[in-house]
Amino acid sequence: MIVLSINGQDTQVDVPEDMPLLWVLRDVLGLNGTKFGCGMAQCGACTVHLDGQAVRSCVLPVTGAVGKKITTIEGLNATDLGKRVQQAWLGIEVAQCGYCQTGQIMSAAALLAAKPTPTDADIDAAMSGNICRCGTYVRIRAAIKQAATGQLTLPQTIA
Amino acid sequence: MTLRVDNQLELPNPQRRELIKRGGLVVAFMWLGGASRVWGYTQGARLDADHPQFAPNAFVRVNTDGSVQLVMPCIEMGQGAYTGQATLLAEELDVGLDQITVEHAPPNRKLYSNPLLGDQATGGSTTIRFCWTTLRDAGAAARAMLVTAAAQRWKVDPSQCTAARGVVTHTASGRTLRYGELANEAAKVTPPAKPTLKDPKDFQLIGKPLRRVDTPAKVDGTLPFGIDIRVPGMKVATVQACPTFGGTLASVDETRALAIPGVLKVVKLDNAVAVIGEHFWAAKKGLEALTIHWNKGAGAGYSTEQLYKDLADASEHGTPIMGREVGQVDKVQGKLISATYQLPLLAHATMEPINTTVHVRPDGCDIWVGTQVPARCVDVAMKVTGLPAESIQVHNQYMGGGFGRRLFEDSVGQAVAVARAVDYPVKIIWTREEDITQDRYRPAYYDRISATLDDKGHPIAWTDRTTGPSILATFAPGAMGKNGLDSDLVECAAELPYQIPNMRVDWVRHDMPNGIPIGWWRGVGPTHNVFVVESFVDELAHAAGKDPMAYRREILADNPRAKAVLELAAEKSGWGRESVPARHGRGIALAAPFGSYLCVITDVEVSPQGEVILKRAVAVVDCGTVINPNTVVAQIEGGVIFGWSGAMYSGITLKDGAVVQRNFNDYRVLRLNQTPPIEVYLMPSKETPGGIGETGTVMAMPSLANAIFAATGVRLRSLPIDRSALVQDKNALKSVLSAANPASSTPDGVAGQTGIFT
Repeated sequence: MIVLSINGQDTQVDVPEDMPLLWVLRDVLGLNGTKFGCGMAQCGACTVHLDGQAVRSCVLPVTGAVGKKITTIEGLNATDLGKRVQQAWLGIEVAQCGYCQTGQIMSAAALLAAKPTPTDADIDAAMSGNICRCGTYVRIRAAIKQAATGQLTLPQTIA
Repeated sequence: MTLRVDNQLELPNPQRRELIKRGGLVVAFMWLGGASRVWGYTQGARLDADHPQFAPNAFVRVNTDGSVQLVMPCIEMGQGAYTGQATLLAEELDVGLDQITVEHAPPNRKLYSNPLLGDQATGGSTTIRFCWTTLRDAGAAARAMLVTAAAQRWKVDPSQCTAARGVVTHTASGRTLRYGELANEAAKVTPPAKPTLKDPKDFQLIGKPLRRVDTPAKVDGTLPFGIDIRVPGMKVATVQACPTFGGTLASVDETRALAIPGVLKVVKLDNAVAVIGEHFWAAKKGLEALTIHWNKGAGAGYSTEQLYKDLADASEHGTPIMGREVGQVDKVQGKLISATYQLPLLAHATMEPINTTVHVRPDGCDIWVGTQVPARCVDVAMKVTGLPAESIQVHNQYMGGGFGRRLFEDSVGQAVAVARAVDYPVKIIWTREEDITQDRYRPAYYDRISATLDDKGHPIAWTDRTTGPSILATFAPGAMGKNGLDSDLVECAAELPYQIPNMRVDWVRHDMPNGIPIGWWRGVGPTHNVFVVESFVDELAHAAGKDPMAYRREILADNPRAKAVLELAAEKSGWGRESVPARHGRGIALAAPFGSYLCVITDVEVSPQGEVILKRAVAVVDCGTVINPNTVVAQIEGGVIFGWSGAMYSGITLKDGAVVQRNFNDYRVLRLNQTPPIEVYLMPSKETPGGIGETGTVMAMPSLANAIFAATGVRLRSLPIDRSALVQDKNALKSVLSAANPASSTPDGVAGQTGIFT
């Protein structure tokens, strides 16, 4: 049995040691917000936090997550920062198909936790590992700045 | 049936009108039976078990508890279709978008076929064009019935009542009734023969940047995509098809796979093997442990080089099919300019890999999949299982991108074949490698184009011969034009925004050999043709010694909408107002795809080592009446990025009959750090809506190539961009490391492909 701390809860799983965390989350625990995109840390769709750091769960063997705090998109709104990022994403209306966006949001939240007012270069460095095929990059950059400063960066949608 | 393709490029000549109306994907599908517009709003159906009390048509359901469900005939794959469709319905129904929920339409050609495509299908940037009248009619009819029900209860005339946000009010007395309270009575009201639509000045929702109906659940991870389906007893499979197209499975040794914990079963198909496991990881490890022998088939030796050679040969020696002929091209004298362009195979690479969940039972089959063609999924499941249509349920799902890939049900047929082998439900997920190597590729094209210039440098004759396969001929052979024309091959080539008195645009059909699977890709025909045409117009401007903007102004036909987008783009981009540094350049593309008018201007810098750095884009869009400006801007931004991605990096190549690229490391796409600011300007318009989802992609490639020419003097006549052709000189390569693309140093160690090394 492997014990994982996921979104503040200890969870036991009986899985092979080399099984990537992504598939433990999705196929064993039913936490489907974390997405499969490439299987080789090229696209970032599977991004989760490990002790606050953004990691690609598709290449992280589950044993590598033992003893660390795992946060997935399902647990992100437990923090004010997480909520702020999600609100900025909605205000600017970043998502199109939305498939990559949970990974984008996890990468963005980890960036903002480490650097509350990131520069464009910081955003480039933190976000270039997350692919979006719908091409929402312009809005991702704006949403990160909006979440950081609270100042509106692009026209907002009407809820 | 009338086609709602409002294309101002139409000229009085009726033959030319006809050609436009039959342009592209729209037209193509008409022949599939699109004339049978049978789902009038009076022919509604009570769709499922929750028995709404008021279901006046196929799209609107009002329950006694006040809840309102809107059923979406076109699918959501990111393009904002659900919000657009819901807005049209809600506008006339007089409810707020915050008061409704949306539902995927079940497969039902009678109720939900898109007459522009002749099938229950979403594609070709047709959703709003199809729904503009249909869904407003449906909403207005439902509203009229609810108002009549209220008026009957109050014994007043319906004209004395108003409706807003799901409440009917009797103006004089101030009495109110909620829609839910009226549902039972409204169901008994005769639907109006011709519902009255709002005057556009009274629109409450149309034209406003309303929040999308699907995005709250997309930012908290709760929205289920096809890949997220979990049904009781379900197992997970992954699959490998024969890497060489047209090949078959010879034999497979499954001993090692079956020894892996969690592996349940190996399923052999004619041209593929699947491994079913307790979870994806077991299935994947099982697949990797198989020893598979393939009969590689006739295409085993095929290569990209051979493909282009064959296309060139067909272009020279094949029999062309006329797309459009005007005047007498061959009798024109003047300076002749000619060029040859070639475009690569492209993969869709949707972020959500191909997946399907299937449960086959002796008496039925359930399929959970995100698809652009739900009814065709029923067809393929019937074929594979032998079950009748009524025993097959397709539960459509949100899609993690489509771009044309999910117009093809090949993967659904395969999944049903796998699931047939077991009695439990199976979710089949393709790896990214399978997704890239078994796509339905945008075909390769080879085009020869020429123009004869008069003494002002203006084209007085124009020929354009496109060469490539017909996707339609494989998708729906009965839908081909009478003379064998697939108008996708000449869309936006046969009709130009320019005044050219003599033209001949034709197509040599050359099908992709050896079973290479092909499909539509975002922007379809226009993505191919506008790249060639707008690159070549730039070549003509250069030959005439004129500025590309000034040259387009000179040769533009009398076309106010095209002129307006060109002029605003010139103004917003600052065209000609400032000097441009060395190896910086600005490129234009102007076209009218999908019933809309666009001018996109891309600014680039090209490093001495040949790396292309995107600096800025200005896009001016006239798509007629705008339903949701936020969505239009998003589609242009994303469409431009999709097109740039294709031009900058993407390109599928074949070696020994198989696709070389396998994942995002070698089928690269644009990343955030490479994306510049994109400014989008919408022209105010009261015209009928045009298409929008694919337009940005169409414009991005030529505006980029033209910008690179402006920066370097190098004309790129093939894609993706060959950076080695853009190197300033040999010395530049010595300092190449410091100029390498930033993507090469991403946190994950993304392989940096600047192109000049490889």
